[in-house]
Amino acid sequence: MAMMLSLDAVAALVDHLRNDGRKVIGPVLRNATISLDEIDGVDDLPAGWTEHQDGGSYRLERLDRPELFGHATPALPWKSWLYPPRTMLMRANRDNGSVTIEKPTPGAEPFAFFGIRSCDVHALDILDRVFLDPADPTYTARREKLFVVAATCARPGGTCFCVSMGTGPAPSIGYDIALTELWAGDRHEFLARAATDRGRALLGRLEGRAPTEADLAAADHLVGNATQNMGRQLDPTHPTAAAERYEHPQWEAVARRCLACANCTMVCPTCFCSTTEDTTDLSGAVSERWRRWDSCFALDFSFLAGAPVRSSTKSRYRQWLLHKLVTWHDQFGTSGCVGCGRCITWCPVGIDLTAEMTALALDPGGPS
Amino acid sequence: MPADSDESTGRGPMTPVLYRVEARHQELADTVTIRIAPVTERLTDPEPGQFEMLLAFGVGEIPISISGLGDGGGELEHTIRSVGAVTKALCTSAVGDLIGVRGPYGVGWDLDRATGHDLLIVAGGLGLAPLRPAMLEALANRHRFGRLVLLVGARDPGSLMFVEELERWRGRFDIDVAVTVDAAPPSWRGDVGVVTKLLSRAPVNFGNTTAVVCGPEVMMRFVAAGLADRGVPPGQIRLSMERNMRCAIGHCGHCQLGPEFVCKDGPVFPWDRMEKLMLVRER
Repeated sequence: MAMMLSLDAVAALVDHLRNDGRKVIGPVLRNATISLDEIDGVDDLPAGWTEHQDGGSYRLERLDRPELFGHATPALPWKSWLYPPRTMLMRANRDNGSVTIEKPTPGAEPFAFFGIRSCDVHALDILDRVFLDPADPTYTARREKLFVVAATCARPGGTCFCVSMGTGPAPSIGYDIALTELWAGDRHEFLARAATDRGRALLGRLEGRAPTEADLAAADHLVGNATQNMGRQLDPTHPTAAAERYEHPQWEAVARRCLACANCTMVCPTCFCSTTEDTTDLSGAVSERWRRWDSCFALDFSFLAGAPVRSSTKSRYRQWLLHKLVTWHDQFGTSGCVGCGRCITWCPVGIDLTAEMTALALDPGGPS
Repeated sequence: MPADSDESTGRGPMTPVLYRVEARHQELADTVTIRIAPVTERLTDPEPGQFEMLLAFGVGEIPISISGLGDGGGELEHTIRSVGAVTKALCTSAVGDLIGVRGPYGVGWDLDRATGHDLLIVAGGLGLAPLRPAMLEALANRHRFGRLVLLVGARDPGSLMFVEELERWRGRFDIDVAVTVDAAPPSWRGDVGVVTKLLSRAPVNFGNTTAVVCGPEVMMRFVAAGLADRGVPPGQIRLSMERNMRCAIGHCGHCQLGPEFVCKDGPVFPWDRMEKLMLVRER
């Protein structure tokens, strides 16, 4: 089912999602970036803004028309709403030699993701493989209720390489409704496609017109342009070539630049590692266990009997990159990378995994 | 599927059940065996080689192997060395104290697959703890195996655990037990040297042997390589690996070793899946 929507109809779409009781998460201007937060309506979207992204560099820029989706991937990953950075696991109350354990009910607020890009939709599919079996209660409850309104990427960022990873730029899986923003002169419209019953039901509540051949051709043209404008690329044969090169000198080279700050893993839409923290009140009677995001770049991540297994930055970067691009396939039947480029943009020293992979793959790196 | 992912219990996969410390035995200066019993809900009985997550309330939770099963009442024994905050809290727990338990988790020794083979059990230090249930299972089903050989290595005579049991086993005619220590005072009359030195004397048919091995990683690497050299098929050499773990269900990411999640793909792995991984430093 496809129809053409005006900006007013798209505004009504967001209103319907909210009136149906959903928290709508979408791109917003925040901290001099296009990030993500709850939106009250289309007016909260970063209309007329885009950004320039490069290794270790991000700059907002103005567009000459009020495009809603004129930007690339937002700074924050969408995983934050399905797999929150901090989750309470349990609370134990000790009293007179007995202990009662309370388990919090997972906060199952129904969310709608509005304007999510195809790479990030693929990232949800990747997280599903981690958290649905065995089921993480918080993730599962939120994921089951999630409504996905995807947006076609018209202006890929300088660090984007979804085409290499087969995840974009046009939404292909995992959405209820996909929007493609189209301009014909000053006429500003959206081609809306529904892929699920609830997506079709929601479109049925909106005013719109049937798309013409010209509208569909314009949408295809936009996708073709975006495909040609990827800022980066990753040769799909490179991870396989680099898979066994554990002692390649490039690991030392990248470790000299890497700060092991974990920024890449925090912004990555698929990085899922977590740790647990235990706290008690002053009396010691009430203790809580929390889960919070962790990173394989943290020194204590691999602690075993008092010492880290991976003490060097080299070994930690190697773990991250080879997991993301190689062993993820063994574990989950897919790459752990969707080509969103966040890890390149938000690396404080601009380390580019596509360049690292090329260096590892093209040079055998000595006798090892 | 571990018992505590069962939806019918209404318990989340990260929610422990309460166990009470029933007995406490000081094995070594820094090592304690606790026997725990369910307060109300009882977890599924573990297989030898599996592990559980033990929670000291307010301090933290760690994976600990199972060193013994009680006599049918759901009791579990865990042998714990005090090396960090959580192990210290567990080691100093008193009879009557409550701890949280999740599990059992992971792939065990799977001795069923060793039926008809000679069974070689090789332990280094605290590695004897997870091998003790394998030894007890083998003894309970002694007819299923050919020769049964236990090789034990320890730092020094004072670091030997389960000594009474070792002496009892050594008195039997259907088991071969050999013990060696890295360093010994003059009063020691036994073997001195690393446990790999005992391999060549092990009275087994290496080509038809299953070996189960647990100890420090470097010890397991040399034992496994030595056994493979003597003709034990790599798939029949099983090692119990250890990594940092926060969840035990493949969610936290900490225990990864190359493509493997030690928590759910292991902790027991055949040597043919470990050899390449264990030869890379800091893997």
